[in-house]
Amino acid sequence: MSDGPADPPLLAAERVTRTLPEGVTLVADISLRFARGEFVAITGPSGSGKSSLLYLLGLLDRPTEGRILLEGRDTAELDAEELAALRLARLGFVFQFHFLLPEFSSLDNVLIPIRRLGRLDAAAARAQAMRLLGTLGLDAAATKLPEQLSGGMRQRVAIARALANDPALILADEPTGNLDTKNAAAVFDIFERLVREEGRTVIVVTHDPDLARRCSRRVHLVDGRVVSDGPASG
Amino acid sequence: MRLLLDLARGMLARRRRQTLVSVFGVALGVAFFIAIAALMRGFQTYFISQIIDVAPHITIKDEMRDPPPQAAALAHPEGAVAIAGVRPQDRVRGIRAAGDKLAMLEAMEGVAAAPVLTGQALLRYGSRDVSVTIVGIDPVRHARVSNIQKDMTHGRIEDLRATANGLIIGEALAQRLGVGLGDTIAAVSPRGVTLSMKVVGLFRTGIQTLDQQQGYALLKVNQVLQDRSNVVNQIQLRLRDVTRAEPLAREIEARFGDRTESWEEQNKNFLTVFVIQNAVMYSVTGAILLVAAFGIYNIISTVVYEKTRDIAILKSLGFTERDIQMLFLVQGIVAGLLGAVLGCVLGAVMIEGLAQVRFGVEAPSGSDRFILARDWRVYLLASGFAVLAAGIAAVIPARRASRLDPVQVVRGAA
Repeated sequence: MSDGPADPPLLAAERVTRTLPEGVTLVADISLRFARGEFVAITGPSGSGKSSLLYLLGLLDRPTEGRILLEGRDTAELDAEELAALRLARLGFVFQFHFLLPEFSSLDNVLIPIRRLGRLDAAAARAQAMRLLGTLGLDAAATKLPEQLSGGMRQRVAIARALANDPALILADEPTGNLDTKNAAAVFDIFERLVREEGRTVIVVTHDPDLARRCSRRVHLVDGRVVSDGPASG
Repeated sequence: MRLLLDLARGMLARRRRQTLVSVFGVALGVAFFIAIAALMRGFQTYFISQIIDVAPHITIKDEMRDPPPQAAALAHPEGAVAIAGVRPQDRVRGIRAAGDKLAMLEAMEGVAAAPVLTGQALLRYGSRDVSVTIVGIDPVRHARVSNIQKDMTHGRIEDLRATANGLIIGEALAQRLGVGLGDTIAAVSPRGVTLSMKVVGLFRTGIQTLDQQQGYALLKVNQVLQDRSNVVNQIQLRLRDVTRAEPLAREIEARFGDRTESWEEQNKNFLTVFVIQNAVMYSVTGAILLVAAFGIYNIISTVVYEKTRDIAILKSLGFTERDIQMLFLVQGIVAGLLGAVLGCVLGAVMIEGLAQVRFGVEAPSGSDRFILARDWRVYLLASGFAVLAAGIAAVIPARRASRLDPVQVVRGAA
């Protein structure tokens, strides 16, 4: 599933720097390439720029220097609406907090990005959402509101929502931060399956070394710079 | 759009009590607007219809609007000449060539015309004297330009022809004089002519000045009474399309030179008062709706504040700034729409409630109840204004929501 030698990588950061208007540099001169089917952990101590890098890679933030290329396309050339369209169709986000809309059921939450993209009719969209919930063991939770679910179930619904539009890339920011060990392992099981069986790329920010070891690659940051990039088991 | 509507509905439903308070605020504004408009417009419409019904639509008078141009002013048009105290010309012989003008006016499509001689007289019955205006008319023609026949409570307008020196007066005037149908009274004109006149009819228009101070006699009889034989000092016109009155009056005045007044010009004072009344009404009810709009601003601001995380996630999912703005704008408009619908129902109920109120005394309209105008356009106007106010109130928080930076929010929540 990896990119061929001639193919552009799924995602690439070229000499990316992000400095806040106050002069604080969040990440500095980072160049990374992510191929299809990679399971990457971004690790580092608190304040090392892990989440900042993830938001840049996820097109939620723009670098002050350098550029981000998604499937070979320079995202610096895109306006806010085009970036939003790209996030909707090609990327899936999972955050530490589930961020499910509390007034809507699990099914409706998963349906939101599908309906926003508008590629499927109502019946097909519903079938897609139900299928995703089913693969994550959430059939029974479909009609339940987030407040009626456990923490682990809410995070799995959030993963289902991230997968709603069949994205090539999943970006997860401390997705197990609020979960116990068992639920955290279950979330990583899902990520592994997405990479192994569906060929998706998963980039996950974590400070848990045990979970990071389950990834195929580990990028370690210190003070906003990459200090190591190699196999996670190493 | 359907998705945004569903999201908006979900967010509003979550804050049911706040939403209901806002919606009810808008509804009250709309309802008061509708009820007050029904009262005001009801009275105004009645008043105007009375004017249109009773008075001629256009009156041509035997006077000039402006004084004739003076020789000095003509000689020095650019000079510093000021001429003061010049009065417009009064034609003591009445309208010139009235017969020809009458014929020309009657030939116009949708126009009925009647010659009139009006003049003052003192009606005397026993020891009672009342000063009145006697309108000398041609009954057949006058029936076409006025609704006097409709307003007659006793007798008919044609009875003026059947009786020598017949007189039709208002019921209120008859009461003041203490006369009834068939009584003979003395009429004395300013020229000193005295006629014995017989009351052949009584009328009631609902307009006190007419009912207490006006009488009708044959044109010829009034010409004798006023000592102005063959003089006509007014030509009264009635139009099929009353809205043509003002332009037609201008056209006639330009053509004949005689001062010609439309019903609007003759009742300018009343109509100006109505404009002021309406301005006050719209300001007051507009203020109520403005307060209601603040309620909507408040709820949308609260929702935006509470939904900061949700806005961030929606943006990370791929919702654009415009989507987010629309989402909250839709919530304001939905609240406004609900308020408008509820307000229309409440307004209709209030109108029907007002319709049941009885004063216990009979008003000039002949009814002891409010005169209410039920006009769907008022409902539309009030609803439109409410939705617009709600939309505007939602714009500011909606824009604030759309500009939220998801990264900042996610960082804060982490």
